[in-house]
Amino acid sequence: MLGPNGAGKTTSISLMLGLRQPTAGQVRLFGLPPTDRRARSRCGVMLQESGTTSVLTVREIVDVFRAYYPAPLPAERAIEMAGLTDRAEARIGTLSGGQRQRLYFALAICGDPDILFLDEPTVGMDVEARRAFVSSIQTLASSGKTIVFTSHYLREAEELARRIVVIDHGTVIADASPQELKARVPGKKITLVAARPFGGGELDGLPASVINLAGERASLLSNEPAVVLRELFRRGIDVVDLEVTGADLEEAFLALTRRPEPRA
Amino acid sequence: MTGAGSRPAAAPLGRMLLVQTRSEMRMRWRIPAFSVTIVALPVLFFTFFGLPYVRQTLPNGINLGAYLLASFAAYSVGSVMVFGFGIGVATERGLKVDVLMRATPLPPLIAILAKVLNALAYALLSLVVLIPYGIVVGGIRQDLLVWLDMIVRLLAGSVPFIALGFAIGYTCGPNVAPAAANLVYLPLSFASGLFMPLSQLPGFVQGVAPYLPAYHYGQLAWSAVGAATERMPVALLWLAAYTILFLAIAFRAYRREESRKFG
Repeated sequence: MLGPNGAGKTTSISLMLGLRQPTAGQVRLFGLPPTDRRARSRCGVMLQESGTTSVLTVREIVDVFRAYYPAPLPAERAIEMAGLTDRAEARIGTLSGGQRQRLYFALAICGDPDILFLDEPTVGMDVEARRAFVSSIQTLASSGKTIVFTSHYLREAEELARRIVVIDHGTVIADASPQELKARVPGKKITLVAARPFGGGELDGLPASVINLAGERASLLSNEPAVVLRELFRRGIDVVDLEVTGADLEEAFLALTRRPEPRA
Repeated sequence: MTGAGSRPAAAPLGRMLLVQTRSEMRMRWRIPAFSVTIVALPVLFFTFFGLPYVRQTLPNGINLGAYLLASFAAYSVGSVMVFGFGIGVATERGLKVDVLMRATPLPPLIAILAKVLNALAYALLSLVVLIPYGIVVGGIRQDLLVWLDMIVRLLAGSVPFIALGFAIGYTCGPNVAPAAANLVYLPLSFASGLFMPLSQLPGFVQGVAPYLPAYHYGQLAWSAVGAATERMPVALLWLAAYTILFLAIAFRAYRREESRKFG
């Protein structure tokens, strides 16, 4: 589930977990209300903005969480998959931010759930933690687990997901495979500097979306950069500097979720 | 869902309760600021406010030592509940432990029950230190059954103070809760005659005491040594009413936070 901050990703996850009540419609997990203990017993959860006690050790809290589930993984296994083996006996209070995030991952998977809900799982992880996390996710997915995760990084979603649902302002704006989604978002970024500041209107009607416009500088995203440039020259815009690069996926994604600015 | 190999749909609740209670106790034990004060303070208070008077006798012929030991036993159990739940719940809310726990298969009732069992164990621990201290150091003599009877009454009757703890824990943040618990519980205990006999307190305090929960809770302990000043059903009714009041306050605060956090 992909979307910029404030898109409604956490709200969606909360609804799926029964932590919030939908104003309309209903949520079912395995055919059960999400608050049902049988449904919860098959879910693993990693939430943003949640905490845990600081005085227990990693192994102790994993053991406590394992007791909540009918057929948990061995504690060793869960800790290993989260990459915390060398910190297993450490008090939670002594963990770094990244290690803490790994601990939450261990707590999410220790019940051997059929479905994992991970809300922004890689936030705060360092490069190494992220790599371990990605490989664990791939192992879990290949063993038939369903993994629902949120991210605001298109790159991350592309790397890990089979299906990407893009949401913005609480609305689904795309639901596709990473390949389809990539084909749909503009692939090239055109950055240009004109001789005179843009007055408005010069860039209208181009097969591109303007992502930045400040004075004489403009950035556009497009799948047809050649068409865009030809049209710009035809309009007689005096270009003094020009660069065409492969679009940064983040920017491409922003273009996709961009809504018209509300007029004041 | 078919076949002999399919796993049970949910974990057994008994084991959940056991593991949860054990971890609650472990957590408490590792915060000496809590575990030490909870045991040491009643002993300290009894040393200052009780020991000097153990040889005296109340007008009704009751040994003042036994009366005061009963008073501090009541104070002690109440304090475990008010401080344990008040500060504990506020701290967990501050750390957002509750957010993650709500999404696990652990039923909230089991989580609360584990906290209650943990608190009862600490309350028992405090009595098991305080009462022998009074017997040995103060030379207070009562039948062993009297003390056992008092312990059972105090533990069973501690529910309103658990409720008061929840009320504080859900209305106060983690930084405010310790102060709030002290500001509520210490004057309450004092004005209810738990630190010194009511007859020695100012007249207006004597007038207020019969409306306070700790006064009626004290009756449970005093009745064990034959010094109760009201009938048990009356005391229990007051305690029940206060339980409902405190739970209502706690529930209101809980719901308010709930709607803010989870809308």
